[in-house]
Parts: sequence; structure tokens; C-alpha cells
Amino acid sequence: MPIELADVSIEDELRAQIGAVAASGGEIEIIGGGSKRFYGESIEALPVDVSAHSGIIDYDPAELVITLRAGCKLAQVEALLAEQRQMFGFEPPCFGEDATIGGTVATGLAGPRRAYAGSIRDFVLGVKLLDGRGQVLQFGGRVIKNVAGFDVSRLMVGALGTLGIILEVSIRVVPQLETEITLAYEHASADEHIRWVNRLGSKPYPISASLWYDGRSLLRLSGSEQGVRQASAQLGGEEIESGWLDVKEQRLDFFDRAEPLSRISLPPTTPDLLPGRSQLIEWGGARRWLCGEADVDAVRDQVAGAGGSLCAFQRHAPDVPRFHPLAPTMLTLQRNLKASFDPARIFNPGKLYPGL
Amino acid sequence: MSDTQRQQLAARFREFLPDENVIDQKTSLATYECDGLSAYREQPLLVLLPENIAHVQQIMRLCHEQRLPVVSRGAGTSLSGGALPHAEGVVLSLAKMKRILQVDELARTAVVEPGVRNLAISEAVKEKGLYYAPDPSSQIACSIGGNVAENAGGVHCLKYGLTLHNILALKVVGADGEIFEIDQRSLHTDGYDLMPLLVGSEGMLGIVVEVTVKLLPIPRCARVVMAVFDSVEKAGDSVAAIIAEGIIPAGIEMMDNPAIRAAEDFVHANYPVEAEAILICELDGTEEEVSAQIELVEQVLRAGGAVETRLAKDETERLLFWSGRKAAFPAVGRISPDYYCIDGTIPRKSLAAVLAEVRQLSEQYGLPVANVFHAGDGNLHPLILYDANKEGELEKTEQLGSKILQLCIHHGGTITGEHGVGVEKLGEMCIQFSDAERNQFHALRECFDPLKILNPGKAIPTLARCAEHNAMHVHGGELPFPELERF
Repeated sequence: MPIELADVSIEDELRAQIGAVAASGGEIEIIGGGSKRFYGESIEALPVDVSAHSGIIDYDPAELVITLRAGCKLAQVEALLAEQRQMFGFEPPCFGEDATIGGTVATGLAGPRRAYAGSIRDFVLGVKLLDGRGQVLQFGGRVIKNVAGFDVSRLMVGALGTLGIILEVSIRVVPQLETEITLAYEHASADEHIRWVNRLGSKPYPISASLWYDGRSLLRLSGSEQGVRQASAQLGGEEIESGWLDVKEQRLDFFDRAEPLSRISLPPTTPDLLPGRSQLIEWGGARRWLCGEADVDAVRDQVAGAGGSLCAFQRHAPDVPRFHPLAPTMLTLQRNLKASFDPARIFNPGKLYPGL
Repeated sequence: MSDTQRQQLAARFREFLPDENVIDQKTSLATYECDGLSAYREQPLLVLLPENIAHVQQIMRLCHEQRLPVVSRGAGTSLSGGALPHAEGVVLSLAKMKRILQVDELARTAVVEPGVRNLAISEAVKEKGLYYAPDPSSQIACSIGGNVAENAGGVHCLKYGLTLHNILALKVVGADGEIFEIDQRSLHTDGYDLMPLLVGSEGMLGIVVEVTVKLLPIPRCARVVMAVFDSVEKAGDSVAAIIAEGIIPAGIEMMDNPAIRAAEDFVHANYPVEAEAILICELDGTEEEVSAQIELVEQVLRAGGAVETRLAKDETERLLFWSGRKAAFPAVGRISPDYYCIDGTIPRKSLAAVLAEVRQLSEQYGLPVANVFHAGDGNLHPLILYDANKEGELEKTEQLGSKILQLCIHHGGTITGEHGVGVEKLGEMCIQFSDAERNQFHALRECFDPLKILNPGKAIPTLARCAEHNAMHVHGGELPFPELERF
């Protein structure tokens, strides 16, 4: 059955509402599907549901670009793309069936393919934005190459809605790949995996995901039938059933525990900084999930020393800052950026950092 | 500024820079008076050649204190006048900072100074089986710092991305001389992602002093097929048909008849001079993958109406097929005293319509136009043939160029795909963006550079300039493209 997305614009209503909030000195929390509301600091502000703003503005598969209202449901859009044998290259997690495109852009979260195909930032081509003055602004466009003006559209990725309400977004899409297989290898230590997976990276294998957990490395190969078969013959390993959906949606046993979950980001070749701790390593070594109680400040220092950062992702004590602290000059710059879009600090104040 | 004042200023810079790294003689300054867009020229007060980051910081501190405009410059190959000097300011040339500082084979990264040439990176890591993917056509000369400033593309960017997609970290000296870093080696960024703001910012947000680039494994095999068409429309539709098959070519380029003729006359690549259009399509990957895909591509091209397809039989022929495309600009330069390169992007489906309108405009203005097209990503380069020695012809050419860019906006595209706005397209920026959007650009700039000393007058036109520009372009009481919402 063909996928049909609701076609409703609430742009005028949102504009009016923001104008009123701006006039009264209020603050709002932008809510899409609510599936990733846990991400970032909890804030107390008037919730404004933007998920009704839905519909496809433009999608011509041959142009490799889709333009959508931000309230479109991610799962529906992915199904629509799949009908055309296309997909989002960054493999976004849903974390719930109500996840929206706007939330996907605002959180900037990406799945297993990110290390090999790029982040959502890399695929965003343009946005239509409602700023803190109630103005509708458009940046970027619907074409792949565009260097007119500063690249404001990509600044929205990961900004957690603090710069404005994303009304529409144009995203580059990619063809689905013909074949996909998963190979498993025994690697007792994280360091063994990190060295191995990075060495593979310097060879032109069609790798689209990697993972290490509990003494085992997994590798996903995606591409043409011939390319994948040939690489798999060279790489050896045991072919197993794909479980990447559970990795992307964090439904593995590793994630399903009562303890705090931390996301550690490091230059991928960094040796294991936390041997003996319960870790799951993705993205060729660049993303390392840590499950369990941790002295966040101490681990943050250690990770920062190696050029990385720690996000207190889920289930941490409320007084633990969610995101890695910024250097004072950087925080000042980012506060100024925030003020340039949202001078009265209406949108998601404090969701990302204090003062943002 | 008087000559005495200029000498005094030079002396201040010589307090920390070697004497010869401060250029103040008018004859030597002339070398820097333009970049690749030679129609615009200006002499700066001084040219400064720092050799390290500390020099750049000292220069910026002094310029900040003196409120002196600073135009940073890499290899000077910009096609939009991005490195045009400011008459009351200095040119900060990064040409002496050209060391490759580190290559990390395991991490597949290289840390380089901004003056390193694009191609020099790939040459330095070739024996490790790696390369740096973005390949703007000036790659033999252009510098990585300039690539970052312009977010340079190249013929392979449909598959491998622009500069933005191939940069992992930047070290930047800000307008006040302080260093800030954007480090995304961990594939993550804390807070706002400043990388896309900095990349493509045309030297207006900071001076890039160190770049960490991503290196990719060299594909095992690359093969090229050339397809000959009797209409540009069929050629354009064939590109869409290839993509509909789920194939992303490493490069796919189109040339129209005037471009084919000029290239063939120049390099003798055995191009069909009667053809209305040719497509050059390159696939890369493993041997097996490429063999299978190239067969499919040939079928699609023939089904799309290609009169002929030719598969390069070996590496020599592959390079021959490319030679004509790569030499298209100088080839046009041979048949005309001057040419002016336009850089618009359009949705690919509008290609035939846009080319037809370009042809009409070309006839209307009496100036021939040859078209080369990065067909995969919709980036169109019409080359307008003119003679600068003929009274008024440059002005006429610029008007035609502006009309073509307005066409690109009209068809849902943009006024610059990869060459940047610089000084060249300030007028068109007034059309593509609203006052509120341009205000946002100015506000962003002031977050980084409150005194507005970095490359002032480029990339983002002032509201006053746009008011003037848009007033000038009202004809008979009607603005061009009145149906555009922006008006």
C-alpha cells in the first residue's frame, strides 16, 4: 500500500504563537514526537507540539533530495523512501514510532552507518526556520552544491531546537544498497578490535558498520552483490544474521539495563581508556557506550585528554550535566550565536548548555 | 593612507615578521592585486606572509588593534574575487605555511598547514594507498586553506562529498588573534556545530591555520564510459536514469556542442564534434563491482537515446576522455579573447529548460556561451565568450551572467555551487536571500568578528547595497520574476 503522509501546515499558527510568546517574555519547549525528549537537559517551559506540521513539499527520487515539513514521521518517510529503493545515509534511530524529521535534525543522532557514510549534518541541504523574532527564514536549498551565504541549515543539526523551530528541511537521500551481510570475529579486548577495524579502514572494503561487544566484533558489508561477496571472501569471519536494527534502536541487552548510560566520543584509534568496564564500541572506535555507574567528572577529564567528550546519555543523576562542558570562550561564542537567532531566549532555553 | 603611514605600518609588522615577509613596494604589491577573477583589481596597503601560527596571531592582534581590514589569501585561484584586496587593508597570504605536519595512516588523517596545495596531499599519501577526495579543477595549484574557505567541490563530489565532508578538524585564529578549534575527529561535536559555518565562510569568520583532512583508500579500479547524444535533454534524462538504477557514479560530466568543439580543437580527445551533448561517466570500486555496473550504465545510456557509447579500453584512454573535460576552460580560452565562467546550481530535471533559456539569452546579448555541467549534482558552468577590449562588452557579459544566475534561482537552484560569492555575486545575493536572512548572516559574522575586519565587503551584501541593487533592477515597474515569493 502506498505510504501517505498527512499534509497539514501549521506555520501560520506557530508564527502567531511565537509572536505572542516573544511579546510576553515566555519560554517554550519544542516537542515533536517526544521520542528523544530525554536527550539533553530537562527544562521547564511551555511545551509546544509541532508534530502536526507535516507533509512532503517535494520528492523526486532522481534528484536524490527530499523536502519535508518537520513534523513528518521518520518511520513513514523511511518507508516512502524504501518504495523508491532509497534511504537516509546516516541511518537515524527512531527510539519510538512517533519520531519526527524535525527531531531527527535537532538531535543530530545517527546510527551504525554514520562512521562510513556521514552524519545527518552532511546530508542536510536546506532548512526553513522560524526564529525568535517570529520571522520565517530559509537557508541552503534543494541542491547538493550550494555555497551562497553561510551554511546556516547545517548549524541546526544537533542544536536541540535552541536556535528556532525547524519548519521544513531538505535532505539528500542515497540509493539502497543491493546486498548486505554481517560477519563476526572473536576479539577478546577492545584494543584488539580498535586496531583491527581501523586497519581495515585503509582498504577499499564496502564496510557500512562495525561493532565490538563482549569479546566479539561485528562488521557489516553493504554494496553491490559482487563487491560484497568479494570482500567477504577476503575478510573471512563467520557470516551471521543481521541485528543492526537493534543496534540502531538500542534494543540490545547491553542498553537495556537500569544503570546510567554514557556516550563517549573519541578519535577512533584512541586505545581503550576504560578496560574492564562494560562497553559497546561502534563507528570504528569513535563511539563507545559505557554502561554503569561512573564518576562522570573523572571520566570526562580522561576522555578530554584524548581529544574526546562524554555525554551523560540516559539514566544519570539529574545534577550531572548532560553534555561535555565547553571551554569558556567557546561557550561565550555559542551564547552569542544563540542570541543572534533567538535574542529573548524563547526556544528550549538551557536544553543544550546553560545560557543557550 | 599616505606612503609614510604605510611605511610606519610596515615597520610595526616587521617587529615580529622577517623583513621580506612584509611586502610594501608597489611593484611587488601588484602581484596580489587580483585573484582568479582578474576583472576586479585593487592594491592592498601591505601583503603579509606569516610562517607560523604565532605570526598569524600577532598579525591579527595588530590588525584588530588598528581596525585594519584583513583579506586572507591562499593560492589566489578564487573565481569569485574572494581574495580581492581591500584598498585600506592588508592581504594575509598563507603561502609560506605549506607543511604537511602529520600523516596518521591508521586513523587515515593528515594534519596540514593552510598553504598546502590540494593535490600535494594526495601525492604525499599515495604510497600508503590513500588520497584526499575533493578535487577542484584547480587542484594542482589551489590550497587547502582556500578550499576550506570556499567549500570547494570537484568532479567527484557527488560520490565523495565537498570539502566540508572531508575535513575533521580546524584550528582557527579569530579576528582578535585568539585561537579556537573545531575538532570532530571523534565524529561528534559538543554544542553548535561550527564546522559548516566555517567551511565556505570565504575568510570572514577566522583565519584557518591548520586543517585535519580525512584520507580515503584509493579505489582499486576506475572505468569511464562516454556517451554521445543528439540532444541535451536526452543526456540530462540519462543521468537521472542512471541514478534511478541506484548507481552513484564517481563522476558524471556533461558538455554541450560549443564546449565539445572547443575541447576537441584543443586536446584532440576524439570527441564527436557534431554531437549536441556528451556525457562522461566514471565508476570506481573493485574490479567486479565496476565491470557489472559499467555494463548496466551503458545499457541505460543506450536506452536513454545515446547515439553511441564508448568504453575507455585502458587507463590511457580513460585519461584521454577526461582530458577534454578537464581542459574545457582553457580550450574555450583559446577560441575567444576572454571568457567568463558562471557557477549556478539547478535541480537536474531543469537542465534542458535552463539550457534553452541560456541559449536564448546568449542570442539576445550576442555573446556565445559554451556549457559544461557537473551533471550529477546539478552544478552548471556556462562559459560566456567575450572580448574585454571591446567597449562595454565586459559589462554586457556581467549582465548576461547575472541573468543566468537569476534563471538558476528561478528554477529552484542557487547562484553559486562551488566558486563562492566573493565580490562577484553580491548583487545576486540580494535576490536569493531576503533582508531578514541577510541580517542573520551579518549577525553571525559579528559573533566571530564584531569589528568586521575579516574580508569586509565580500560574500554578504549590506542592506543598503541590496536596496540599491534591487531598485536598479526594476524594469517598467516590475521586478524580475515577480512570482518569486522573496519579492
